[in-house]
Amino acid sequence: MNTELFGIVATFLLTLIIAIPLGKYLSKVFAGEKVWTDFLIPLEKGIYKLSGINIKEQMTWKQHLKALLTINLIWLVYGFFVLLFQDKLPLNPDGNPGMTPDLAFNTIISFVANCNLQHYSGETGVSYLSQQFVLMFLQFVSAATGIAAAVVLFKAFRDKTTAALGNFFEFFVRAITRLLLPLALVVALILSFNGTPSSYQGKDQFVTMQGDTVNVSRGPAAQMIAIKHLGTNGGGYFGVNSAHPFENPSYFTNMVELVAQVIIPMAMVIAFGYFIRRKKLGWTIFGIMTIGMFMLLIPSLTSELSGNPALAKIGISQTTGAMEGKEVRFGPAASAYWSTVTTIISTGSVNSMHDSSMPLTGLWQLLAMMINAFYGGCGVGLLNYFIYLVIAVFISGLMVGRTPEFLGHKVEAREIKIAAIITLLSPFLILAGTAIASFVFTNSGDAAWAVQPKNWLNNPGFHGFSEMLYEITSSNANNGSGFEGLGDNNTFWNILTGVIIFLGRFLPIIGPVAIAGLLGAKKFIPESAGTLKTDTKTFALMTFAVIMVLNALSYFPALALGPLAEYFTLVGR
Amino acid sequence: MKKYIIPSLRLTLVLIVLLCLIYPISIAIAGRFSKGKGDGEKIIKNGKTVGYSLLGQSFTQAKYFWGRPSAASYNAAGSAGSNKGPSNPDYLKEVQARIDTLMKYNPGLKISEIPADLVTASGSGLDPDISEQGAAIQVARVATARKITLQKVRELVSMNTERSFMGLFGPPVVNVLKLNSALDNL
Repeated sequence: MNTELFGIVATFLLTLIIAIPLGKYLSKVFAGEKVWTDFLIPLEKGIYKLSGINIKEQMTWKQHLKALLTINLIWLVYGFFVLLFQDKLPLNPDGNPGMTPDLAFNTIISFVANCNLQHYSGETGVSYLSQQFVLMFLQFVSAATGIAAAVVLFKAFRDKTTAALGNFFEFFVRAITRLLLPLALVVALILSFNGTPSSYQGKDQFVTMQGDTVNVSRGPAAQMIAIKHLGTNGGGYFGVNSAHPFENPSYFTNMVELVAQVIIPMAMVIAFGYFIRRKKLGWTIFGIMTIGMFMLLIPSLTSELSGNPALAKIGISQTTGAMEGKEVRFGPAASAYWSTVTTIISTGSVNSMHDSSMPLTGLWQLLAMMINAFYGGCGVGLLNYFIYLVIAVFISGLMVGRTPEFLGHKVEAREIKIAAIITLLSPFLILAGTAIASFVFTNSGDAAWAVQPKNWLNNPGFHGFSEMLYEITSSNANNGSGFEGLGDNNTFWNILTGVIIFLGRFLPIIGPVAIAGLLGAKKFIPESAGTLKTDTKTFALMTFAVIMVLNALSYFPALALGPLAEYFTLVGR
Repeated sequence: MKKYIIPSLRLTLVLIVLLCLIYPISIAIAGRFSKGKGDGEKIIKNGKTVGYSLLGQSFTQAKYFWGRPSAASYNAAGSAGSNKGPSNPDYLKEVQARIDTLMKYNPGLKISEIPADLVTASGSGLDPDISEQGAAIQVARVATARKITLQKVRELVSMNTERSFMGLFGPPVVNVLKLNSALDNL
């Protein structure tokens, strides 16, 4: 028990020790200052030359978004066709079939969007070619896309007034060469030397000690698992993700994977403060995010460590906590810690089955994805947080009766409108999506579809509702984890979640980048006695209150119908 | 947008070479030098593969220690958790049935001694480990079935218990496959 708590404390401290210097380093990398990795400049120059990119060309925020959307569109088309025809393409030693069009649609959007919701199972649903040339490729580039978009926001606030926000392709390439690829090499090596397969061998077959014939799926997994965490993607190589003994062989690798998924989102927040030369603001944001994380983590730990009340009633010993859907080598503490970071950070990888978590843990997982801004995904976490900041600035401005300002730029109607639309988008997609699914489930249960809606759910009652709510919330947050009992590989879920992932990815990138671009181009107003300071404790509290109130108002009814109702029936039994 | 199409295409191609060929192949080559040569570490007996050290197997005979219930039947061609919610009535019945089985094959066992991990399905369906308590309650059955002393079995359990990482972090575990393999080697 104590060793389990020591384990997560050590993991968190290790994360801080790596993330803080990494943040300072990133700030320098993107500002073009001297860093020790400058020996990679020739490689970057080579990439620009082969691609015909002139990084001296300065872009406005609109040009940034155009470049970002163009390259993302190309990946969508490319990946869709590879997945569709993977059975006819090389590198398919296990002879897995091509994807159906709706599954390919869902999968490609999901990976381009850094979501990695998986309606297929890695062992049987994709070829090695798809795993490496589509899915793993997208894990690198979608993370780099998010980071590059965040750097545009950094740029807008570094100088007093500017419309020239640097070059998208430069930020994007540097995010890969200076950050993702070097770290991926390190993590992949650690994993492969601790038991994760990394070769291109196909399935193996052997006879067990008791005489059963068993097949074993293998393949180049270490490479993908490294970047799936560093890039906060979460799409696993094997079906059960990082619960699989190959994907996460020991408590040590579990610590490595936990650290890997948190360092970049944390570092980006610190980098923001250093980059815009307002370290205090960076640390204030970091502080709020960390408090938010612990507020979700501590109750999750308590509910998992105290075990399942229904099993306690049967009379078995739960000294190790709730174990359904968990692995013995991680135990409930490291599983609860993982479930918190994977949901606040939009990784969406799992080391235990969230569907079998205790009801209140499920509640915190859902809430973490609804807020989606405590550190958050690579780059995009900061963009989401920025929207909350703008709303907090606006409300504080109204409260004290002044024109709201953020970092010396007036926040006016246009910016507030964009922020409001983005804020409303999440509850709209989550609640409307869940409503549609629930309606179909209750009213068209017998529809003559491949999977009848009445057979979607793996659990009855409130928990069944949570399965649908979780799937939609995870899609909107671009998280990708699931209450996997849901029968989701069918046309209805593939298309519904595909559309939600798409909107939930690109609008929350476009909105904040547009606001930042608009603000950055405005006249700079020097700080005076009347300026609302955004790096104080009071304002930090204000932002936290805005986050809590907005999310409570939007989601409390849905959460009450799912995990809360299940909790009360379980303890009241 | 047109302006960005050609550079985006070319950049995508360059990155595919870097990220999908150079990166994974270098790791695969480095992996050749790891214990399992990058193919997964095998346990070999008399020249035959009898298992992968990381993957659990199904054990149902009395002379072997049993692992955890599995939603994937320990077939590593796939992997699966049960995804049962904590309040699901069918699930609770299933757990009760597993308890009954354990009580039947381990005479004298008290229900309060059964640890949760022995009657709940693992996350992967391939969990190679059980808790120390999970091994302790099976010692008597294994010793009787093999006609060896309790002391001998306890020694083997202790030898096949992996302590916490660096003695500090994470739970101690008993690797069922290694333990059973050691029993067969007696």
